[in-house]
Amino acid sequence: MTVAERVRAKTPTRRWLGLGAALVVWIALYQANLPFWNWLIGDAFGLDLGSRFGSGVHFFFYDSVKIALLLVGIIFLVTVLRSFMSVERTRALLGGKREGIGNIMAAGLGVITPFCSCSAVPAFIGFVAAGVPLGVTLSFLIASPLVNEVAIAMLFGLFGIGPTLMYVGAGLVIAIVAGFVLGRLKLERWVEPFVFETRLGGQIVDSTAGLDWDDRIQMGIEEVGTIMKKIWPYLLVGIGLGAAIHGWAPADFFTKYAGKGNPFAVLIAVVIGIPLYSNAAGILPLVDALHDKGLPMGTLLAFMMAVVALSLPEMILLRRVLKPKLIATFVGVVGLGIVGVGYLFNAVLG
Amino acid sequence: MEIKILGPGCPNCVTLERVTRQVLDAMGVDTEIEKVADYAEIMGYGVMTTPGLVVNGRVLFAGRVRTPTKLREILEEAMA
Repeated sequence: MTVAERVRAKTPTRRWLGLGAALVVWIALYQANLPFWNWLIGDAFGLDLGSRFGSGVHFFFYDSVKIALLLVGIIFLVTVLRSFMSVERTRALLGGKREGIGNIMAAGLGVITPFCSCSAVPAFIGFVAAGVPLGVTLSFLIASPLVNEVAIAMLFGLFGIGPTLMYVGAGLVIAIVAGFVLGRLKLERWVEPFVFETRLGGQIVDSTAGLDWDDRIQMGIEEVGTIMKKIWPYLLVGIGLGAAIHGWAPADFFTKYAGKGNPFAVLIAVVIGIPLYSNAAGILPLVDALHDKGLPMGTLLAFMMAVVALSLPEMILLRRVLKPKLIATFVGVVGLGIVGVGYLFNAVLG
Repeated sequence: MEIKILGPGCPNCVTLERVTRQVLDAMGVDTEIEKVADYAEIMGYGVMTTPGLVVNGRVLFAGRVRTPTKLREILEEAMA
């Protein structure tokens, strides 16, 4: 029996009491995190928290626990909320929508629809079969990985609500504009012909049909497990590197090469980020440490967006339905959008 | 009985196949599980999110893996 099945409530009262208790435990752990590590590392082990070594060690443990707690809470919440949506419902909402309004809706739906990039190909074919324009479909496929719950949880934990909203807003704008531009370019001839010939058979199967609250809560618990299992190595490596930069890298090392003085910094960050395969969990601790070292936020967010929005495995998957020319154009347009956002943020945030 | 797993080989598809095999063994049902990786055939069942489970031509669910207990309920109902 899995953990999720064991904790499965038998009655509605027990279900809500269980959720309430979990919330109380979560808040208590979150509140106790900072005093605990201050006490353990500062008092019990007697390390100087102002020293390089002491602050590096403290940063590593405190941040790991804080980020893990935020991830668990936000992934659970987002999964439960998303269980009210499905790719099938999104497809029905987008069917027959024109470009423009369609792009805006697709980007928003890309954020709130539960979607795994492993379903990118059938979803793409399904959208096209429903008459969703190519550019609108691409808006959905851009927004979905770009604005994801792991990025939101970690940005919020490390930088607060301001940069989080900025990131979400920028991600939506990139998805809307890039999808719209790609749609205007009329690239349907670079879609593999079989896509237009494939028909969805019979009754469309809605992946989240007939769920009750217990199912949704169970899905939330399972998703926390699945995502944490997938990202923890990235997370630990990221936090480790972050702690190393935090404690040991000379203060002016990064600003000298990628600081405000270098006009090409954003462009270079995006070009390096595109082929890199990681996720927000691995990148954000680095972003945090480099931000402390004085690198501008726009450059760092552009780097992260390039890593999460465009990755080699996803391109290989999309190659099943898109010809190489369209994939190259897709990467180019989205990459340009990210570069633009990076420079804009640097200019606005000064 | 004809059992098919719809999925191009994603991690969830592999998990669903494993769980299904486990449940079928526990039920004492000795049937081959057919894997369907062809997108056109998957979409032919009206499935847009993988993995999906098909028993005797009917899609029982799509887009997620079920726990062994739940899957057993679903399979017993489908076979009844």
